[in-house]
Amino acid sequence: MESKLAPNGDIYSTVNGFMEKAHSEGKVAARKNGFVKPAFAQNGKILHVAQNGGLYKKPFNQSFEETPMLVAVLTYMGYGILTLFGYLRDFLREWKIEKCHHATEREEQKDFVPLYQDFENFYTRNLYMRIRDSWNRPICSVPGAKFDVMERVSHDYNWTFKFTGTVIKDVLNMGSYNYLGFAESQGFCANAATKATIQYGVGVCSTRQEIGNLDKHEELEKLVARFLGVEAAMAFGMGFATNSMNIPALVGKGCLILSDELNHASLVLGARLSGATIRVFKHNNMQSLDKLLKDAIVHGQPRTRRPWKKILIVVEGIYSMEGSIVRLPEIVALKKKYKAYLYLDEAHSIGALGPSGRGVVEYFDLSPEDVDVMMGTFTKSFGAAGGYIGGKKELVDYLRSHSHSTVYATSMSAPIAEQIIASMKCIMGEDGTTLGQTRVQQLAANTRYFRRRLKEMGFIIYGNDDSPVVPLMLYMPAKIGAFGREMLKRNVGVVVVGFPATPIIESRARFCVSAAHTREMLDTALKVIGEVGDLLQLKYSRHKLDPLLDCPFDETLNEENKD
Amino acid sequence: TLGNKMATGQQWVLVEMVQAFYEAPAYHLILEGILILWIVRLLFSKTYKLQERSDLTEKEKEELIEEWQPEPLVPPISKDHPALNNNIVSGPPTHNIVVNGRKCINFASFNFLGLLDNERVKNVALASLKKYGVGTCGPRGFYGTFDVHLELEDRIAKFMRTEEAIIYSYGFATIASAIPAYSKRGDLVFVDEAACFAIQKGLQASRSNIKYFKHNDVEDLERLLKEQQLEDQKNPRKARVTRRFLVVEGLYMNTGYICPLPELVKLKYKYKVRIFLEESLSFGVLGEHGRGVTEHFGVNINDIDLISANMENALASIGGFCCGRSFVIDHQRLSGQGYCFSASLPPMLASAAIEALNIMEDNPDIFRVLRQKCQRIHCALQGISGLKVVGDSFCPAIHLVLARSRGLRENDVKLLQEIVDYCMKQGIALTQAHYLDKEEKALPLPSVRVVTTIKLTEEELDKAAALIKKAAECILH
Repeated sequence: MESKLAPNGDIYSTVNGFMEKAHSEGKVAARKNGFVKPAFAQNGKILHVAQNGGLYKKPFNQSFEETPMLVAVLTYMGYGILTLFGYLRDFLREWKIEKCHHATEREEQKDFVPLYQDFENFYTRNLYMRIRDSWNRPICSVPGAKFDVMERVSHDYNWTFKFTGTVIKDVLNMGSYNYLGFAESQGFCANAATKATIQYGVGVCSTRQEIGNLDKHEELEKLVARFLGVEAAMAFGMGFATNSMNIPALVGKGCLILSDELNHASLVLGARLSGATIRVFKHNNMQSLDKLLKDAIVHGQPRTRRPWKKILIVVEGIYSMEGSIVRLPEIVALKKKYKAYLYLDEAHSIGALGPSGRGVVEYFDLSPEDVDVMMGTFTKSFGAAGGYIGGKKELVDYLRSHSHSTVYATSMSAPIAEQIIASMKCIMGEDGTTLGQTRVQQLAANTRYFRRRLKEMGFIIYGNDDSPVVPLMLYMPAKIGAFGREMLKRNVGVVVVGFPATPIIESRARFCVSAAHTREMLDTALKVIGEVGDLLQLKYSRHKLDPLLDCPFDETLNEENKD
Repeated sequence: TLGNKMATGQQWVLVEMVQAFYEAPAYHLILEGILILWIVRLLFSKTYKLQERSDLTEKEKEELIEEWQPEPLVPPISKDHPALNNNIVSGPPTHNIVVNGRKCINFASFNFLGLLDNERVKNVALASLKKYGVGTCGPRGFYGTFDVHLELEDRIAKFMRTEEAIIYSYGFATIASAIPAYSKRGDLVFVDEAACFAIQKGLQASRSNIKYFKHNDVEDLERLLKEQQLEDQKNPRKARVTRRFLVVEGLYMNTGYICPLPELVKLKYKYKVRIFLEESLSFGVLGEHGRGVTEHFGVNINDIDLISANMENALASIGGFCCGRSFVIDHQRLSGQGYCFSASLPPMLASAAIEALNIMEDNPDIFRVLRQKCQRIHCALQGISGLKVVGDSFCPAIHLVLARSRGLRENDVKLLQEIVDYCMKQGIALTQAHYLDKEEKALPLPSVRVVTTIKLTEEELDKAAALIKKAAECILH
């Protein structure tokens, strides 16, 4: 294998000889994912990773194929045309030639300072509105492997929607974060939640510190701590708020937050509310992080030159728009070297990664003690709502007394807590079955299969081979709406994303693989994606997959062999 | 011909330039060459960074890194911190509550309308659970919108008689997301200094300029508005793009007093500020039909730009909502952070809230009953020596503060906790109002919060008041 890089003794100065962004030209902006200048770039072939330094115990395949030049040019042109037409139509609306659909200011308040700057809404009015039907599609069933979508039509170019009254039944759900398939309306978890509803009701009407600290919450927290393998844990009512209301309790003025550029909005908000200085490193780029850490300690705070009180590295386990997995072993090494603290948001990775679903820490075979703050959500893998923070007892004790959430926010609803308890016990096998374990394995197998097949079909797929978040690149703005609509026509529900959630030319569709998907369902989805891919000419990839190299260490296969 | 002349003219200039180049002395050319090269260098050189100009050697840097000792991630806290010994509630936190194994009557949960264990609500929630499961597994944009969410938004909008409503999955996140959706850097927000913590966080996230006025002091507010008016006259261009907001609470969580809404509305039109009204305590409490402060004062709800409230108090569910005109509310669907980036509200909680609304509409009498009960305990708590009642008589969550502070805040807290513990032992569950002392803008006085619900009988209300009086006599004297 030509792509093997010579071992490099200094693990900090390079990114361990790992190559992520495979591409053909051999020149690319080092924008994403710790891209190392490729010494072995070759035409038309994905370069597989080699490993080095002993930090990774298994291959870490993460690819971000470069946008083809022609596609990039056409995409920019697409936006250009859209913008021109946007101005034209704004002009027509101004002169009342085109009917104006959006809500307007009250007559009485016309002389107030305008609530919105007009250019702010240009994008919404002229670009988003054209393809608005691809989002917020209402459903009316369990968001399981299949769901029912309410059909809606628009008679005014998406300004308003009307429901036709028909329900599109059994749409294949490739969009919900239902990684382990615990979004269920019957079975072990739903029964447990039912019991809790009957016993407790749904509300709590108080905060944890006042009189909303239910025995259920205590039970849940002990279980979460046990599940994560940490000393203590604490649960919160909303995943978003877990980040935004707890980071301010951990760091403040005189502290430094080093944040990945693609961190979730909740982490960014939490960092901003904390009052700490925020510096951003390139996505998953260890050289960038290393440099920031080094500079921070050597130079101290700007102007005053005092040393930083503490440095907190904030990363996510799986990045929900890129499908990449954090380079945790390297981050842990860096954090130890520089005595920084690590805040790991496992919103998408808890339950979804690791041989027994313990998340990215288990995936890399690291110890939970290596991570100072283990954060995650219950929304995704557990089919519930809320978030948690786990770690040392001192940390959790401190949060119990100083988290904004425990003092000011209503605590978690009892049936929700019960759903989490039941699903977590199922994953841990404490319900007396191996159903949970089977789901974790099923998800891993589904993920590998689905990603592999998509790549074989010639799509550009971002991210790590083991990540159940699968972004498929669409690039052009017109294809965002077209892909969403064509897929729904063929009874598959997908998520499409464009600017501002992604860089302007990197619009994409995102699939979330679930353990609830059967092989047949995935095959159906793949067939349909292939069809739509041909129709919309989405098979951009110029790399040929070498089937032998693709899955050198398929864990699920090994498991099967052992049996 | 004219064209020709011009062309020859230009040619002539070019020739002259070339000639000048030849004739110029060498030192002149070299100097200009160097200047050009310098400009090119400046254009292409990296941005100048102070940090990179360090004269430290690698070795010195390593020593610095070796030397640096960070503070611990969290400071240690003592084992007897009250937050580590929270009350544990076994079973539902309803009218009869079991706190730390002791049966009590609940004077602490914000379950104003007693809907927490309402059978109708429970049945609807169960039916919803059976249909949708528990979680939504996605934000509203990505298949996290359920038909019940739309129904709930519709129902709230109708109930409040506004054009549109939007729901959030967490009460705290509602106003904290709504404010920064509109108010940006450079904008101006006038806020009551007693505003609750969620408002404070929303303001902080907005990065706007914030002006605090004295609690419920309309004159102080007008003074600030007038000051701003003068400021605006100095800089009219800036004034034309500076949005102004007035953020107030209906009933203040921290004080229990109602805001003087009619006067605020007058100021709104006089000084052209938009009013955001937080109604978590007053929604489902004030007004003939429980529509809140606007109904209480008979203020036209369209005069309020945005109303937000949580569904965690009177509605006894989880989450929050904002309502108002579509022109205002719809903007949050793309700009409300807690709306866009968070998983949506579990459908069973939305269904529970819908049913709670149904009950409110079916029994408009409950608001009158609640009001009477609030007034009864408010009256009964008057004149306890050592304690002062803070809050309006119709407020369901009033505060008891020490008439005479013992100096240090912690001493006051300790005394009040003794009163709470005393009552708890006698079967009345109370709690102190908890705050993050160091984070609050204007830290309210330590207080015991007394919450009234319609489930409390007159005897229970009187008994509680008598007990608190006895406790105060024992402990404060």
